[in-house]
Amino acid sequence: MKKVKSSFSYYKNHLSSLFLRIIVILSAVFALSVLFLIVAFVLSKGLSSLSPKLFELEYTSQNASMLPAIINTVQMIVLTLAFSLPLGIFSAIYLNEYAKKKSRVSAFIDLTVETLAGIPSIVYGLFGYLVFVAFLSINYSVLSGALTLSIMVLPTIMRTTQEALAAVPQSYREGSFALGAGRVRTIFRIVLPSASGGIVSGVILAIGRIVGETAALIYTAGTATGIAKTPFTSGRTLSVHLYLLLSEGLYIDEAYATAAVLLLAVILINSLSDFLSKKISKRFTA
Amino acid sequence: MREFKISPLLKSKAQSFLFKTLFFLAAVFSIFALGIICLFLLLNGAPAINEIGVLNFLTGREWKPLQNLFGILPMIAGSVYVTALALVLGVPSGVLCAVFLARFCPKRLYKIAKPAVNLMAGIPSVIYGFFGLSVIVPAIQRLTGTSGKSVLAASVMLAIMILPTIVSVSEASIRAVDESYYEGARALGSTREQAVFFCELRGAKQGIGAGIVLGTGRAIGEALAVSMVAGNQAVMPKSILGGVRTLTSNIVLEMGYAADLHREALIATAVVLFVFVMIINICFKLIKGGTDA
Repeated sequence: MKKVKSSFSYYKNHLSSLFLRIIVILSAVFALSVLFLIVAFVLSKGLSSLSPKLFELEYTSQNASMLPAIINTVQMIVLTLAFSLPLGIFSAIYLNEYAKKKSRVSAFIDLTVETLAGIPSIVYGLFGYLVFVAFLSINYSVLSGALTLSIMVLPTIMRTTQEALAAVPQSYREGSFALGAGRVRTIFRIVLPSASGGIVSGVILAIGRIVGETAALIYTAGTATGIAKTPFTSGRTLSVHLYLLLSEGLYIDEAYATAAVLLLAVILINSLSDFLSKKISKRFTA
Repeated sequence: MREFKISPLLKSKAQSFLFKTLFFLAAVFSIFALGIICLFLLLNGAPAINEIGVLNFLTGREWKPLQNLFGILPMIAGSVYVTALALVLGVPSGVLCAVFLARFCPKRLYKIAKPAVNLMAGIPSVIYGFFGLSVIVPAIQRLTGTSGKSVLAASVMLAIMILPTIVSVSEASIRAVDESYYEGARALGSTREQAVFFCELRGAKQGIGAGIVLGTGRAIGEALAVSMVAGNQAVMPKSILGGVRTLTSNIVLEMGYAADLHREALIATAVVLFVFVMIINICFKLIKGGTDA
């Protein structure tokens, strides 16, 4: 209270500053309350519509169960990471451990990765449709979706891995070299384990994007309602499921419930990544 | 590496060469991927542009696939309007919010506010669309007596969606401004707010610009959430309360059933969108390049 009073006397002669201070606070309040509104809206409507029958293994026209979509989402995550994780980590290793900084190759790769990161997801979807569904005729399938998404999340994984590798102190590498280990051994035994925390938080970010993605999946993974039994069959993920429920307009309660589950998943993923990145920054500053 | 027996040395040399090649190939993959993306979009989109005619395609005001009329000017206008209005709404609050987080936020609040902004960035677009559809659209409906699905609804929703991007990038660049800016301004007798707004923000100008450009890219590329709240009429937008269709929603809405020239015209739409995004990317590069210098 005392602080408030003293700051008011501070502003008495500087009304424009007071005004600036107020709009700054207002806009922060606005942003946070929008977030609060979205979360409260989705959860309040959704949690009350949740029922055990929404988690049955079968999707039927009477019961728009979301469990198949959840299982498909998990498959999608695993498959996408199986492609993009080795690619992303290996290319980050090349850029950070082998390529000369500011060499032409690495500058060009940086540029392409930045471009890839900026491509809208619907364009990825169209590309995936043209290449994997039509050209390679893998059809609408989880595999087509995962291949598309793995290119989409590649920049995320590459960047976070690169940052994590760059944060490993040079002395670790020198120590390893001094003990007679070669470059490859140093990378796999010393550098990667020390950077694992940062890599994991990048992976979590990528998982968040996979879980939330819709536009890139509708025309690649398709919209089949059941569990995808093999990677070659079509299956909708949870986000696609929500989008389709909304656009069909027949299952509003189910849509609310699905939105709540999706939001909770995203909140969980986000707090996990926040927690990890805090832990990592502590480790290297200590 | 310095083994005395020959065979392990060779083995380790071979191994290190193998891995180096592997890492290099992985790194080059992203170039390959981008090349394939460009190639397939162009190969599939160019014939349609050719057949319709570049001018007819880009400046035609009629999109009537059944009558073989493929003009995407309404969608280009739609994308530009919606994005511009989203920036008008989102940029001021985003930058001010970044100023708050970087300079005026109490530590305890920051521990909640920062993750909150991160969460906002992580919320899937379909949930934003859902929110727009069931909160923003009805609100506009009630206030104006129109259907509610409109340029305004899409812009408000996009403004919310790009807020976290603008906030995080701007906040980082404000934090990166040298302390001496602030101290110098305070020493000359300005208030805290004057020091932050008239000195520090100038130092962070380029970073904030980059954040805005990044937000623009996100807004123009957003597809599903926009198609849920914008009304999607393929006509030139007349007012901010009228319905509108963007380039992205054009693809989302019709790709499912399009065939032949119609389908190719949609791919060509994606090519146009891609060009827009490339232009935005180049702007981003130019602005960011300025920061390093």
